[in-house]
Amino acid sequence: MTWGRRLRGAAARVRWFWREATGEAAYDRYVAHARRHDPAAPLLTRRAFERRRTDARESDPREGFRCC
Amino acid sequence: MTEPAAAAGNEGTTGRGSPSPGKIAVWTAVALVGAVGWAVLALSRGEEVSAAWMVAAALGSYAIGYRFYARFIARRVLRVDKSRATPAERLDNGVDFHPTDRRVLFGHHFAAVAGAGPLVGPVLAAQMGYLPGTIWIIVGVIFAGAVQDMVTLFFSTRRNGRSLGQMARDEIGPFGGAAALVAVFAIMIILLAVLALVIVNALAHSPWGVFSIAMTIPIALFMGFYLRVLRPGRVTEVSVIGVALLLLAIVAGGWVAESSLAGTFTLAPGTLVIWMVAYGFLASVLPVWMLLAPRDYLSTFMKVGTIVLLALGVVVALPTLKMPAVTDFATRGDGPVFAGSLFPFVFITIACGALSGFHALVSSGTTPKMIQKETQVRMVGYGAMLTESFVAVMAMITACIIDPGLFFAVNSPSGVVGDTVQSASEFVNGLGLGAPITAEDLQAAAAAVEEDSLLSRTGGAPTFALGMSEIFSAVIGGAGMKAFWYHFAIMFEALFILTTVDAGTRVGRFMLQDTLGNVFKPMKDVSWKPGVWLASAVVVGGWGYFLWVGVHDPLGGINQLFPLFGIANQLLAAVALAVCTTLLVKSGRLKWAWVTGVPLVWDVAVTLTASWQKIFSGDPAVGFFTQRRIYQEAIERGEVLAPARDMADMHTVVTNSTVDGVLAALFALLIVVVIVDAGRVCWKAVRAPESVTLHEAPYQRSRLVAPAGLIATREEKAELAAVAAGDGDGGAEPPVGARR
Repeated sequence: MTWGRRLRGAAARVRWFWREATGEAAYDRYVAHARRHDPAAPLLTRRAFERRRTDARESDPREGFRCC
Repeated sequence: MTEPAAAAGNEGTTGRGSPSPGKIAVWTAVALVGAVGWAVLALSRGEEVSAAWMVAAALGSYAIGYRFYARFIARRVLRVDKSRATPAERLDNGVDFHPTDRRVLFGHHFAAVAGAGPLVGPVLAAQMGYLPGTIWIIVGVIFAGAVQDMVTLFFSTRRNGRSLGQMARDEIGPFGGAAALVAVFAIMIILLAVLALVIVNALAHSPWGVFSIAMTIPIALFMGFYLRVLRPGRVTEVSVIGVALLLLAIVAGGWVAESSLAGTFTLAPGTLVIWMVAYGFLASVLPVWMLLAPRDYLSTFMKVGTIVLLALGVVVALPTLKMPAVTDFATRGDGPVFAGSLFPFVFITIACGALSGFHALVSSGTTPKMIQKETQVRMVGYGAMLTESFVAVMAMITACIIDPGLFFAVNSPSGVVGDTVQSASEFVNGLGLGAPITAEDLQAAAAAVEEDSLLSRTGGAPTFALGMSEIFSAVIGGAGMKAFWYHFAIMFEALFILTTVDAGTRVGRFMLQDTLGNVFKPMKDVSWKPGVWLASAVVVGGWGYFLWVGVHDPLGGINQLFPLFGIANQLLAAVALAVCTTLLVKSGRLKWAWVTGVPLVWDVAVTLTASWQKIFSGDPAVGFFTQRRIYQEAIERGEVLAPARDMADMHTVVTNSTVDGVLAALFALLIVVVIVDAGRVCWKAVRAPESVTLHEAPYQRSRLVAPAGLIATREEKAELAAVAAGDGDGGAEPPVGARR
């Protein structure tokens, strides 16, 4: 493997981890999940999806609560 | 998005079969590093010890604990089953239930369990020297704290992510369940009050600090608007902008402190309490997206970033510990930071970092719904807690590298320190801690960080900030950057404490609404505004009361309230460990019940001893009711006792002592209820095993293949490769692990 490819591989891994950890990948995951079950399923737009995700914490704030 | 292939090479350490000579050599070396660290820490007397030995002792012990004890618990005690599907796999809905890569989940879990707690407790416990606290942090986490987190995570995973309270109700009974619920609510109130008190003490009379923290509110509002309206979901962009603005706010704080605006941002503690309460109420009734969600991103980035920086700083700067290994306060129990002797009060003061009941709330609930494999509870549950414990060790280091005289001048209540650097240096030098500190030294320490005064800045945050500025300025920027790093540290701690205040008030409100909803239906509806406002006001009023009292207590708020917080946290740990032990017994593993049973017995012994002393001790510095009696009698005689300054102070002391004493008694009672109820259930399970009902979700075969530890073993790689080869549809696979 050349250095360039190794570096690109490492960068892709870091990017993947970062997107997963920050929740940026949540929408992609939702789309993939919905598509897997039904390729023709109607999908929320990213805007609508992110709204729903944040507002879910309104109805049960215990999800995602942080500790002392 | 597909996970890129893992790096080749690295051999796993969790393979089966007899260990190779190479592995034996490596683990012997690790054990030696840890043992040498401990030996130097424990045996050196008189000379200053490098913090490197503390780091060596900690990391060596963690590695041994993780490799051997955690593995033993996972395999022999819990019997984790990689063929059993977890709730994340069975109930996958792509939102809250979804199999998450173990490394990502470790990050989420760590960010959720680590907060201000491990930064505060060790700093206060440093009054007894660095050794008692360090031993408890490291030994406690290996045998109690990390075990609790891992076992709770495992049992909750087997129950579709049921919360601790629900598990207590299901597996112990309605009594234990109700006690657990009351415990969670009470600890929430005390926790929020104590954390808010830490911030008030750090920000009082500090225009730099107040300005920087105030600026986090418009920054968060802007971020919230960006994520909601401008570019939904672009967390990275907005966080980069947010962190940049935050750093600017810290720098700008320095300008404000020098300008004519300084007076506006110089606030007395009482004023800050009012602002905090108003903020807490508003923040908890505003929509999540406006303030809480962006604040959460900001504080998580700052938290993880600063912890990583601090670890690097400690390793690069390798400061020496100036605090003695053990001070006389450990045995005499008359320390000015908190009263009481080593047993039980070190184990109460250091909760987070060694054994924290609060973690059981995160380990049951959110994380179990995301874990891919039962085998990963060791890495996620045990591993994240070890990492938090390391944060606590670093906090201990920051407190012990500053001059002990300065440490006590900062951490003792104002009643004993006095108002001037002269009175403070007299007081501190009277403690007999070796090299005396002069009034000029104290003044110079405050000037170096551009604060008017550091006297009696109790609560741990300013001490931590002093130590951190010492370490960071040694690496970057020299003495000229000290003031920046000091305020950076204050800001970093204040930021996530405020986030906890906001989120905690919401959780408390939710619990209250849920309970009141049983009596009056509309209260249950979380969108019914009057209900939301009322419940928020009750919760904010609860912690606001203790905060107010803490700020105005002549005996020192931290001094009086921190033991209550510790007792409440250890009470929650007792509930979690009792649930775990009961479950081990009920599932026919009586011979392994000691794994959580021994930490439970220790925790109960510590907590009940502490409660007993807080209630019945004849020493007025320790016992709340003795304190109350002495002040009440003085009031009847018309006398004013120091550190009270007038009759109003005297009445404040009497009221506070009564409230605190009653709370200590309530906590002790709750522990006894839970233990007795759990004991009854265990006894029944042993006597009549056929009567036991477990509430486990039924077995379902897992189709996922995923490694257990951080690095995949050779067998796990082979399994992954086999699945990938037999898999037809290419790139459309889930991002985590692989499916059979």
